[in-house]
Amino acid sequence: MASATVLARPELTRESVSAAPQMPDVLPPVKARKGFIGFLRRNPTIAVGGGLLLIMLAIAVFAPLLWTVDPTALAPARRTREPSAMYWFGTDMLGRDVYSRVLYGARVSLLVGFSVAILSSVIGLAIGMVSGFIRWADSIVMRIMDGLMSIPPILLAIALMALTRGSVQNVIIAITIAEIPRVSRLVRGVVLSLREQPYVDAAVAAGTRTPVIIWRHILPNTLAPITVQATYICASAMIVEAILSFIGAGTPPIIPSWGNIMAEGRALWQVKPYIVFFPAIFLSITVLAVNLLGDGLRDALDPRMAKRL
Amino acid sequence: MTRLLEVSDLKKHFPIKAGFFGGTTGYVYAVDGVSFGIDKGETLSLVGESGCGKSTVGKAILRLFDITAGQVVLDGKRIDDMPAGSLRPLRRRVQVVFQDPFSSLNPRMKVKDILAEPIRNFGLAKDSKELDERVAKLMDTVRLPRDAVNRWPHEFSGGQRQRIGIARALAAEPDLIVCDEAVSALDVSVKAQIVNLLQDLQAELGLALLFISHDLAIVEHMTHRVAVMYLGKIVEVAPKRSLFAAPKHPYTQALLSAVPVPEPGASRQRIILKGDVPSPINPPKGCRFHTRCPYAFDRCRVEEPKLAQPSTAGAGHVAACHLHSLPEAENPLAAAVGELVVPA
Amino acid sequence: MALPGPRSGQPLLEVENLQTHFRTKDGVNRAVDGVSFHVNAGETVAIVGESGCGKSVTSMSILRLIPEPPGKIAGAIRFQGKDLLKLSDREMRQIRGNEISMIFQEPMTSLNPVLTVGRQIGETLRLHQGLSAREAEQKAIEMLTLVGIPEPARRVREYPHQLSGGMRQRVMIAIALACNPKLLIADEPTTALDVTIQAQILELMRDLKHRVGAAIVLITHDLGVVAEVAERVIVMYAGRKVEEAEVGPLFRTPRHPYTQGLLGSMPKLGSSLHGEETRLAEIPGLVPSLKAKIPGCVFATRCPHTTDLCRQVAPALEEKAPGHVAACHYALKEEALAA
Repeated sequence: MASATVLARPELTRESVSAAPQMPDVLPPVKARKGFIGFLRRNPTIAVGGGLLLIMLAIAVFAPLLWTVDPTALAPARRTREPSAMYWFGTDMLGRDVYSRVLYGARVSLLVGFSVAILSSVIGLAIGMVSGFIRWADSIVMRIMDGLMSIPPILLAIALMALTRGSVQNVIIAITIAEIPRVSRLVRGVVLSLREQPYVDAAVAAGTRTPVIIWRHILPNTLAPITVQATYICASAMIVEAILSFIGAGTPPIIPSWGNIMAEGRALWQVKPYIVFFPAIFLSITVLAVNLLGDGLRDALDPRMAKRL
Repeated sequence: MTRLLEVSDLKKHFPIKAGFFGGTTGYVYAVDGVSFGIDKGETLSLVGESGCGKSTVGKAILRLFDITAGQVVLDGKRIDDMPAGSLRPLRRRVQVVFQDPFSSLNPRMKVKDILAEPIRNFGLAKDSKELDERVAKLMDTVRLPRDAVNRWPHEFSGGQRQRIGIARALAAEPDLIVCDEAVSALDVSVKAQIVNLLQDLQAELGLALLFISHDLAIVEHMTHRVAVMYLGKIVEVAPKRSLFAAPKHPYTQALLSAVPVPEPGASRQRIILKGDVPSPINPPKGCRFHTRCPYAFDRCRVEEPKLAQPSTAGAGHVAACHLHSLPEAENPLAAAVGELVVPA
Repeated sequence: MALPGPRSGQPLLEVENLQTHFRTKDGVNRAVDGVSFHVNAGETVAIVGESGCGKSVTSMSILRLIPEPPGKIAGAIRFQGKDLLKLSDREMRQIRGNEISMIFQEPMTSLNPVLTVGRQIGETLRLHQGLSAREAEQKAIEMLTLVGIPEPARRVREYPHQLSGGMRQRVMIAIALACNPKLLIADEPTTALDVTIQAQILELMRDLKHRVGAAIVLITHDLGVVAEVAERVIVMYAGRKVEEAEVGPLFRTPRHPYTQGLLGSMPKLGSSLHGEETRLAEIPGLVPSLKAKIPGCVFATRCPHTTDLCRQVAPALEEKAPGHVAACHYALKEEALAA
């Protein structure tokens, strides 16, 4: 090749060569931060959503310490007081302190949300794995899931609650059953696409047994999308719980839940809107927090987004 | 040389499912009667355009699925109908390197675990010390730093990941590696690195390679023999020099003349094929290439040509084309085309 | 700076000190950092380089298709004397698809799957030239004929999924040429295609170049394609232009070590016929990260001839021979060569 002659090495010095002009900075420099703080800075939605959710969790856990009184204590003499220094969120038609009830209500909402998210993810994961890996089971399982999905989850939950006694446990079971089809569909889709991945083929060629392939190559790669889905299910479960309680098909009225408080305040909505207002605000903030966390996780976990630029 | 792998009349038809319970409405004739053999230490290249079935052949040899018909014989043992249990130890002998360096490594496994998997599966290391040693040796073999074993796949560049993929294939100490477009997704300069690595490894370890590729220039550089596929069939098989000097199938000829050559102003004889590859769901009758062949005549449309050695070709050079049954004077493929590229 | 000057008067496109940077989570990515070149009317200029060299970002910057933020474009892009970076979004839309149009790599994803081929060709015509639906369809059929699609009157009512990959790329070209653009930017137009189809499309592009007369900026990594269609070549590496020359001199006497390495690492068809069993030349190492400032030559980390000088002082683009510039301290000039 002629190239060897083109390059020669005369003794060059800094002064004898012409340097390319320095290019100015177009954008201000970005400081890459490492560690947890850096992660939160890069993912503000996770920071905000996670932060709000942590506050809600703290409220639920430490409700007795947050200047509350017994949320079920009746005091007919102090019925329907407006919010004041004494009763921060006012009192309801039975004279119970709305502030205390809303704070204790966070316990029910978060318990239902988290339980449903975890239970339906685990069960949906199992069903999705089976139908993604066992061909003949697939068409049967998926037709059943399609059938379940054709009923709106809220109606399904109402129907299931109608069959049982109202309790927090039954509410969790009913909503979980209603959410399972969505998770198992998602998992099945993910499993089917993962099975086509070259690294799975390479593992087969390397003599890896099927159970090991599922455990080592398929399962870990389904966790990211399932985690994201679980946050959305958590948010949706909290809303469904509130609706069930609101229409009297959910948590027993004796337990303060945001749905129950709103249901009781419904009759007085025109004159005493604050009874509905405060639990509604708490529910909205919690659902928003969970959804923000989900969006943030989706962006942070999605490798395509991470690869961008 | 001894035969390592013999494939005869391999067929793979994929059913097309439709309807509520997924009834079969037709078949994709991805591979439709393919026969070839690979000797120990030899490189055979399988070339063709997308959809010609070359990757399906590779996967059939790896037994990633069951084949429709035909035989795959590895070192005298028929492996295509072997039950999974007795097949497992034989899997060690045939390994694979895939095209996409990003999806061919499990993103949630460290390099160490990726390389250890085949070693553990085939019981190639007695204890964890030997395992670590083997993994470290593999890193040396593919010219990666030993301390990189504790890193995740996403920390590597495309070329480095392809090296890890090669190391994984080597971990099982195979006799044959199926390279399914193994360098196609890489940048030119990195491609050269990987091509050189594969050649070095072949020389060092005496590996046989089934090099599946659409890139004829790379194939010419790497291979001993070439098999050209078109629409599920092999249309020509020949030793490298014989094929590149004088292709005996019109498709091979067109394929060679279509490769852009980095010589500005070079004058070349160019055959531009008309139209597109027909669908493998409904392949043409007769010779499958007749719809695009510039020389097709009546016989090509009804009778399928068989692979045979043309009188004008050297030893080991077979082509499936009716033109070679014509008298030499009438056969446009009889004369050697000679130099493909005439520098300006 | 000694750049090969325009042949006559003002060039069609003049890019000066183009910088396109992106804000990312862990630093500023200097995807393109100070690239200057020009394109004359009717000329075909190829920009070559490997992935991440900034060639696609350059082409997207010309059409201002870079989302801002996270991106930021600086410098000047003068098209027929007007600086495109100073135009309003509205004025820019008037230029896109009308005076400058673009062909992308993926013909499937760049066509709208729910509109017929005819609608998609006609859309730009109706938008920019105010044609009626009927006239637009007529013109669409004409365009399909021009790009060599058989039975254009039938094809014009078909949807993209009914066409093969090669046909879809032809449709993309038809859309790009519908408004008689003065400049066509083709970003890896044949990379996703099979060799025989690629040969068809390259043939079509060569043919159209004569008939349509648009200038073409061809973005590609394939030096074979460059040799077949380009007149002038710009080699990019790590966001900078490292060499530029007419296609002949560039392939015959590449001046920059990177270009030399690139050419050496390409296997050549017909190599086995000369009895030579050579190893491919490798360019060792990796492309440097564009998130750190590189004070010296961007290729210094991989260059076989690197000295301390290369690491400290970034070489300016110098004219090494008439019309042949390279950014390398050690690439000799023509006179020195002769001596």
